[in-house]
Amino acid sequence: MSRESTVRIGLLLPDVLGTYSDRGNAVVLAQRLLRRGIDADVIMVTAGSSPPGGCDLYVIGGGEDAAQSFAAEWLLGHRDLRLALQTTRVLAVCAGLQVLGQWVGDGHGRRQPGLGILDLTTSPGPRRAVGEVLTRCAVPGVGLLTGFENHRGMTQLGPDAAPLAAVMHGVGNGSVDGSEGALTSTVVGTYMHGPVLARNPVLADHLLQGVVGGPLPALELPDQEGVRQLHLALAHRPFERLGPVRAAIDRRRSP
Amino acid sequence: MVAAIASVASVAARRIRGGEGVATRGRVLLTLDPGALSHLARGRDVVLVTGTNGKTTTAHLLAAALGTLGPVAHNASGANMSDGAVAALATRRHAPRAVLEVDELHLARVADAVSPAVVVLLNLTRDQLDRGSEVAAVATSIRKSLRRHPRTLVVANRDDPVVVATVEGMPRVTWVAASAGWSGDASLCLRCGRQLVAKHEWSCPCGLSQPQADWELDGAAVRGAGVTTPLHLRLPGRFNLGNALAAMAAAHALGVPPGAAADAMADLESVAHRYATVRHGSHELHLLLAKNPAGWAETLPLLKDYPALLLVINAREADGRDTSWLWDVPFEQLPPRPTVASGDRAADVGLRLSYAAVGHQTVDDPLAGLELLPPGEVVAVANYTAFADLWRRLAVMSGR
Repeated sequence: MSRESTVRIGLLLPDVLGTYSDRGNAVVLAQRLLRRGIDADVIMVTAGSSPPGGCDLYVIGGGEDAAQSFAAEWLLGHRDLRLALQTTRVLAVCAGLQVLGQWVGDGHGRRQPGLGILDLTTSPGPRRAVGEVLTRCAVPGVGLLTGFENHRGMTQLGPDAAPLAAVMHGVGNGSVDGSEGALTSTVVGTYMHGPVLARNPVLADHLLQGVVGGPLPALELPDQEGVRQLHLALAHRPFERLGPVRAAIDRRRSP
Repeated sequence: MVAAIASVASVAARRIRGGEGVATRGRVLLTLDPGALSHLARGRDVVLVTGTNGKTTTAHLLAAALGTLGPVAHNASGANMSDGAVAALATRRHAPRAVLEVDELHLARVADAVSPAVVVLLNLTRDQLDRGSEVAAVATSIRKSLRRHPRTLVVANRDDPVVVATVEGMPRVTWVAASAGWSGDASLCLRCGRQLVAKHEWSCPCGLSQPQADWELDGAAVRGAGVTTPLHLRLPGRFNLGNALAAMAAAHALGVPPGAAADAMADLESVAHRYATVRHGSHELHLLLAKNPAGWAETLPLLKDYPALLLVINAREADGRDTSWLWDVPFEQLPPRPTVASGDRAADVGLRLSYAAVGHQTVDDPLAGLELLPPGEVVAVANYTAFADLWRRLAVMSGR
């Protein structure tokens, strides 16, 4: 296969926004192409590197507060990448979702500007949302999504934003509309770790079909169905909360 | 009074096995006397060992070294919250020294009660994130607790930038070059949020930099306290050399000469059953514990010579409920060989292996999984509760 036909997956700031292991999404995307005979490369775009042009798909994950501020400034400082993110397919998870929005507030009146690619804003909620999530995806044919959320930011969608999914179990965006994540014709944004694409291969293929421009053949991997059954069951089970421990060291804003 | 309470508690907990019994005994003591920890620690030299990985092993190494001076109270079973600490102190009431491994999030409480002579801080990386324990929050909690104990000597790993930022400003620090094999949580400066510059040594534009080591490794020897001491551990792995280095520095602070410490530590073969070898049916099982990406980064190199591999992964409260961390482990490096994915989360680890192109079989019950592997040597790697369960079942079946 020629070099031009290689799908280039840009993994943004895995060294900074890697806390919740969302890098696995890039592995899943690449492997689901390679196993169907389509060449794919994962390009690690670390904080010390110059972002390459010409990626077909970007993946950005979750991290701690200081890391999120760093990432927002870093992305705003790389103009070409910022423009590319407006037109290229993107999977944005947790802090990654938040920085694609208008701003992220710290609860003390300070607002960290985001990229403004998604019409959403984020402010800290009263407590962290931690646990299994089950949602119904707005993308036709994708169905139920499972993931693990772990965030304090609560996200309000603006009039130009649509949710990725409706929450059935868990917190999601934390807004009264019961929404989870955000969805545009090119961006899939979510709070779900797991990583989300490992848990939900149909969502991975939704992103990949957009990149390759057509349907992809079915692909079943050992334990994929086992993972799905396991997490559907977990999401329906009352989840043991760790309130006292969590409250004792509840997330503090970085100086 | 404390003595009377301690014997009541020990009767109450006698029927409960192993580490659970220890913790239960401690909880009874603390219920009867909320000040028990502080009362029991009075007049003793207490060393607290904390950090994400290596607590249990370092505490065992240190207890062996301090044992050259006399009896040592030690929470050897790994019960590392206040209840485990109080039970350890009550068990050896007349030991003049104590070594307590302490969960990172419980350091403040234990330190305030025991006024430690020494705190050993090994490393801080991601682990059990569902407890709200992002690395910055854990570091903040430890920093605040250390600040309340200015007379305590801190033995700290100068190779971990998160540790250095946490300990920075403490009046009494001994720096050990205990290495930091995995840097996934140390790309930004904890003090200022800027990107760390990591060349031969690490530093930050804000001025935070890698301190000079007071204790360091030199091949199979330790340089510290003005001498070079040969060190021959039976415990495997580069990371255990770093743990031993920290233990030697802490022991030296309490009066153990480096040579005596090295000799005492050399005999240790297994630590709370970790690194143990047990025969089970037709298998010889080598037991390892790894519970997070940093621990796995150090464990992967130990697996290469074994002909078969058993993975056991749970996600109970003490493990962290989220198994996403499996995707930070480069399982792609595993060579092809008979492999079984097992545990409560067998499917999660199995799928990770699928994407890493590591052929395997998946079965929830680890002992049923073991039967799928060819007779002979098997290396088993389990996370926290999975390890405890596996050991318990192996021990019951062998009548230990």
